[in-house]
Amino acid sequence: MINGILFYTFATVLVFAALGVISSRNPVHSVLFLVLSFTQSSALWLLLGAEFLAIVLVLVYVGAVMVLFLFVVMMLDVNAEQMREGFTRYLPLGLAVAFVLVVEIGYVIGFKIPGSPFSSVPEGYPADYSNIKELGAVLYTEHVYAFELAAVILLVAIVAAITLTMRKRPGLKKQKISEQVSVRREDRVRLVKVEPFKE
Amino acid sequence: MTVTFSHYLILAAILFSIAVAGIFINRKNVILLLMCIELMLLSVNFNFIAFSRMLNDELGQIFVFFILTVAAAEAAIGLAILVVLFRTRQSINVEELDALKG
Repeated sequence: MINGILFYTFATVLVFAALGVISSRNPVHSVLFLVLSFTQSSALWLLLGAEFLAIVLVLVYVGAVMVLFLFVVMMLDVNAEQMREGFTRYLPLGLAVAFVLVVEIGYVIGFKIPGSPFSSVPEGYPADYSNIKELGAVLYTEHVYAFELAAVILLVAIVAAITLTMRKRPGLKKQKISEQVSVRREDRVRLVKVEPFKE
Repeated sequence: MTVTFSHYLILAAILFSIAVAGIFINRKNVILLLMCIELMLLSVNFNFIAFSRMLNDELGQIFVFFILTVAAAEAAIGLAILVVLFRTRQSINVEELDALKG
């Protein structure tokens, strides 16, 4: 009962937040709606028993990726009105495609087969179950290569993002450390024989 | 009000189709397109977690972990490309990005 109330509350807010993402006029509002939908899904994942992923979604996604989105949206001076040209033109097509998708997938999922696992209820875990412990036990043993590969992917992403956005301004004065260190005395010091001044 | 697995799966389907509709109606704005892709990945993660619970197999949740990693990398690189694009073209309109048309 309490599960049902929680599920329908979070699911309703999630769907409306997703609709807000695709329909709001201001891109900043879209990002904020996206943050709302991520937090609602995190609550739903908690209901499903995926505690670690729910926390990771809030920490990594809302905390880092969405803030990056917000930075970029606020940094770029986007003409929102010009961007919305064609909104009403493509609206019927988009709604039709979405409706067909929902009906098809819902037909497959909701198809009543006796003993179908889809209509079973998620069973609760025992009190001493630890989701993080279970995930860690598999992640660091069986899937350790995939884990390291994920680390390499993140490294490549860091390097790519920095090299893409780094900009060299022409005419910018800056230190050249190697030349400063490798300079010798003869390059800089010149002894001049000065004749003493006599009246 | 019992919540079965099909509730979660249909919620994921609704989320996915909202994202598809968003790609259709916001086809000019690259930032909105990236956000719709994030929504799609979220709904896919929903499916993975629901099936992981249904089959009592942690592998689905491991997969979601990696999807989150790759999606974060994708968002970072996509936004970096967007910043460079805006710096050179002063616009992120998809229709003006036709330099490769030949």
